[in-house]
Amino acid sequence: MDMQATKKKVGLKEKYAHMTRGLGWETTYQPMNKVFPYAEFEGIKIHDWDKWEDPFRLTMDAYWKYQAEKERKLYAVLDAFAQNNGHLGVTDARYINALKLFLTGISPLEYVAHRGFAAAGRNFPGVGPRVACLMQSLDEVRHAQTQIHALSNYNKHYNGFHDFKHMIERVWYLSVPKSFFDDAFSAGPFEWMIAIGFSFEYVLTNLLFVPFMSGAAYNGDMGTVTVGFSAQSDEARHMTLGLECIKFMLEQDPDNLPIVQKWIDKWAWRGTRVLTLVGMMMDYMLPKRVMSWKEAWEIYFEQNGGALFNDLARYGIKVPECLSQTAIDKEHISHQAWATFYQYGGASDFHTWMPTDEEMDWLSAKYPNTFDKYYRARFTHWRDEAEKGKRFYNGTLPMLCQVCQIPMLFTEPSDPTQICYRESEYQGEKYHTCSDGCKHIFDDEPEKYIQAWLPVHQIYQGNCFNEGVDPTAPGFDPLAEVLKWYHVEHGRDNLDFEGSEDQKNFAAWRGLATKNV
Amino acid sequence: MSTVFIAFQANEESRPIVEAVLADNPHAVLHESPAMVKIDAEGKLVIKRESIEERLGRDFDLQELQINLITISGHLDEDDDEFTLAWKN
Amino acid sequence: MAVKALKAYKFDAADTQDKFHGNQLLYVGWDKHLMFCAPFAFALPSTTRFGDLCDKILSKSFGYHPDWAKVDLAKAVWKKSGQPWQPDMNKTLAELGLKHKDALRFETPGLNGIQGSCS
Repeated sequence: MDMQATKKKVGLKEKYAHMTRGLGWETTYQPMNKVFPYAEFEGIKIHDWDKWEDPFRLTMDAYWKYQAEKERKLYAVLDAFAQNNGHLGVTDARYINALKLFLTGISPLEYVAHRGFAAAGRNFPGVGPRVACLMQSLDEVRHAQTQIHALSNYNKHYNGFHDFKHMIERVWYLSVPKSFFDDAFSAGPFEWMIAIGFSFEYVLTNLLFVPFMSGAAYNGDMGTVTVGFSAQSDEARHMTLGLECIKFMLEQDPDNLPIVQKWIDKWAWRGTRVLTLVGMMMDYMLPKRVMSWKEAWEIYFEQNGGALFNDLARYGIKVPECLSQTAIDKEHISHQAWATFYQYGGASDFHTWMPTDEEMDWLSAKYPNTFDKYYRARFTHWRDEAEKGKRFYNGTLPMLCQVCQIPMLFTEPSDPTQICYRESEYQGEKYHTCSDGCKHIFDDEPEKYIQAWLPVHQIYQGNCFNEGVDPTAPGFDPLAEVLKWYHVEHGRDNLDFEGSEDQKNFAAWRGLATKNV
Repeated sequence: MSTVFIAFQANEESRPIVEAVLADNPHAVLHESPAMVKIDAEGKLVIKRESIEERLGRDFDLQELQINLITISGHLDEDDDEFTLAWKN
Repeated sequence: MAVKALKAYKFDAADTQDKFHGNQLLYVGWDKHLMFCAPFAFALPSTTRFGDLCDKILSKSFGYHPDWAKVDLAKAVWKKSGQPWQPDMNKTLAELGLKHKDALRFETPGLNGIQGSCS
């Protein structure tokens, strides 16, 4: 007898209601405000948590089913990639350095996001957001794990992948993404949702995963592409959660508007500063380029973010002020960041290089207003000097921004030849920031940012050397000792790509793969 | 009017879905990138379960879209029959 | 505005001068020479003579630049916290009133970096 396909007993909306609202209750042994002590202190007023609805109406049973399917597909690709020596199919070994930056700078954030959403899920009294945060927390740990698995294939063959977990707590440029998440996690659950759920996920992750991963595809790295897109399929849900959260806050009480606006302004700016690293990856670290950072910015931030802010205008939300500066910065920051990593290439766990003439022509075509005028002469000079054996390594530590922790490399919005200096004073001490955006954030909560763990200052305080090292000993070499503390092997993990072990190995192995030796 | 979009991994499972979306939304525009297909549409985009089922020749649960989805933009509303993205302005 | 928190929110600043083993932080940037991507941070005793800072320290940090050989620091135009400021090469940081975490920048008129690009 033929089995009839059983029709669903309850529809999606009904099932979602049962599997979320039906599972919540009012506590009686303890008052609700003691069970959920973090729900009110930020000043956000919520009157009816049941008004929150996940538009995907995803329930845990369906979540497990679809996530399992995603994992099966992903690991089949990763296995095939490893079995097929996929790493030798990438365009050029320079590309692999973008993956190092990804593993050290982004994967640890996925793990923090996992913890942060677990905390948010615990701290919200409403059942709808709690379920959504639980799923996002699981997604985030999945992203951290899958990225580590995918990149472990590269760790078998290339330098610099060996100790991301150690490095995130120490290496100078990694304090930028780390401090971003620390800032969000040390806020309350509602600010966390705006910081990560809304600004990072909704406004910014498209820029990270979509064009960059498409770029990985252009460069022959199907393993990473699949990890990226598999993660991004979860991001679609996260973005929806971030957007729902913001609408929910704004609809619940008019008093929430100024608080939400302040957080949007803050986190839109914090996010764009962190994305400087991604801009550099797209414009300089992909040997075959998919689109420029500026183009990606225009599609995913200006157009898509613009549509979003138009939509939120009905709640009284205004476009963050910083957007006028980002419209200027999009033509500069990738070049400024690459110049920074190039000169501090002695202190990082990946290799840097100067673009070829052909690549400079591409940059000049993509950045007609800025590349030739402000950057080409600098890069050409460095390349010529390197050819003469005088590769530039900057040996003096840079001044950092107190808020974003990026070296003070950004220029005045009105003058791309002038470094932007901003200064504040708090309790008799000076604090320096890189921009009006970061200064504004500092001035709003100075008690928070005076605690910043700024790598340069920490080195000068003597906190970045291995135990037993004596900084007063004769012949003490601070940079060498800091690298040891970072677990960066000098001459192997750092310095220029030209002449690196990665470069030699890739060339030799690819030769073996394509010739009969 | 603002643009909504949805992107899928470019693979055999996505192909009938993309065909269905383009057939049901004549104003939608397809962009093919490496490993990714992105569909832009002014204002609103509706994905219909029945249209996908016709092309697949089997029952389809709209939540299966999750598997090959890369990203979306716009407010979402999903029920058993339709997955809708729209800007309300 | 104060940080909103469940309890009193009071923490020490991470970078007060007492943590730098007798040194003070001083930041120095060279305008129109963006080959050095950001101003430099130095940790120096307050007894450092300004002339020694220029001759022994800045010359090492900025010396890679082809313009450096043409620089006459006696003619440089200095600013402290963005305001005009006049150093005295024979005085120490303390005598010049330079405090922990002061930011100096200088311009070298006529020198505008690699091919005039302010690099």
